[in-house]
Amino acid sequence: MRLSACDLVCVRGDRRVFADLGFHLDAGELLAIRGPNGAGKTSLLRSIAGLVRLAAGRIELAGADPELTVAEQSHYLGHHDALKPSLSVAENLVFWARYLGTGGMRPAEALETVGLATLAALPAGYLSAGQRRRLSVARLLAAHRPIWLLDEPTSALDAAAQARLADIMRRHLAGGGLILAATHGPLGLDGTRELVLGDSP
Amino acid sequence: MEALAALLLRDMRLAVRVGGGALVGVLFFLIVVTIVPLGVGPDLALLARIGPAILWIGALLASLLALDRLLAADHDDGSLDLILTGRAPLELAVAVKALAHWVTTSLPLVIAAPALGLFLNLEPGAIGAVALTLLVGTPALTFIGLIGAALAVALRRGGLLLPVLVLPLTIPILIFGVSASNAAIVGPVPFGAPFAILAALTLMSLVIGPFAAAAALRHGLE
Repeated sequence: MRLSACDLVCVRGDRRVFADLGFHLDAGELLAIRGPNGAGKTSLLRSIAGLVRLAAGRIELAGADPELTVAEQSHYLGHHDALKPSLSVAENLVFWARYLGTGGMRPAEALETVGLATLAALPAGYLSAGQRRRLSVARLLAAHRPIWLLDEPTSALDAAAQARLADIMRRHLAGGGLILAATHGPLGLDGTRELVLGDSP
Repeated sequence: MEALAALLLRDMRLAVRVGGGALVGVLFFLIVVTIVPLGVGPDLALLARIGPAILWIGALLASLLALDRLLAADHDDGSLDLILTGRAPLELAVAVKALAHWVTTSLPLVIAAPALGLFLNLEPGAIGAVALTLLVGTPALTFIGLIGAALAVALRRGGLLLPVLVLPLTIPILIFGVSASNAAIVGPVPFGAPFAILAALTLMSLVIGPFAAAAALRHGLE
């Protein structure tokens, strides 16, 4: 499986966020996207997820189910956690697992992996920011999709949870997945490729 | 269709949980219908004559009340982004959301309408006619409202705009809903004619609403 993008141009408002951007990513590779605030890291991830319209450019995924678009093969983990405070931790996760696809871990197993198994029955409104983040990560495990688009995945996570996330990402890559992560800090994985977005004008 | 079933179940569950607002609409409906007799005075004949219109306007306003949260809540917490990356067609996803919204906010209004009809000195036959027209007409209010809700999300900060946007579009529903109810009570037009137009308006909105809402959401991507 190979994700390739070429000549991407993104314009927001009247400002050209990035232009002539290209990269390719093979199965099992992680691309760390770096750059100052406003350089277009989030816009790039959202455009791959089909949430931001590109002014120009192509994004293609070779070697995957041709019936599905790139966005339908991608998990997007954004700044918002997409959790409903009045539903329990397990209900939130089961819903997204059923909505986003099949073939992932069982929800209980996914909660165990992110260390939230004991809180499964608690309404998500009582979770801390870091726990909410971990529940969002559990979503990536409970529904299988090959591409992970992670926007600041380590924000709000403590050291132990960051190590756990690195472990989860390593396993996804070992299983032939692709990860694009926008981040300022270290991800805790060796041999990651980097894409540095330029200064914003 | 597993995904759509999950979405339906989740939205209905959210509506009946704390803060979901399923019953707020009914309370608002109750208040509107109770206020009118206080305003126009205890003239029973007058109340019976304008009763169907009051019930319809009350139901219209009550269904507008909750419309704001139909898509905005999912937009605010990032759920809408994930719904857009889902494999179910967006048209069906928003239609399912509107269906869940109708079941949890408008169906209770239809069920409450007969009880409120008693407040307004309506005859049993008139109460039945109003409840039937509300049952057939309220899905149109929800699905037209769906377009407004999608536009409000796409425009951002459009929440206050929503009632202004939607209310004019619902006027035909109101006119034919009330005239069908009145036809059943006093005539002279047969009940069937305005009722059939009401049903047609509902069917049209069921088709147009999801497509227009999905188009608005897609266009609103920036």
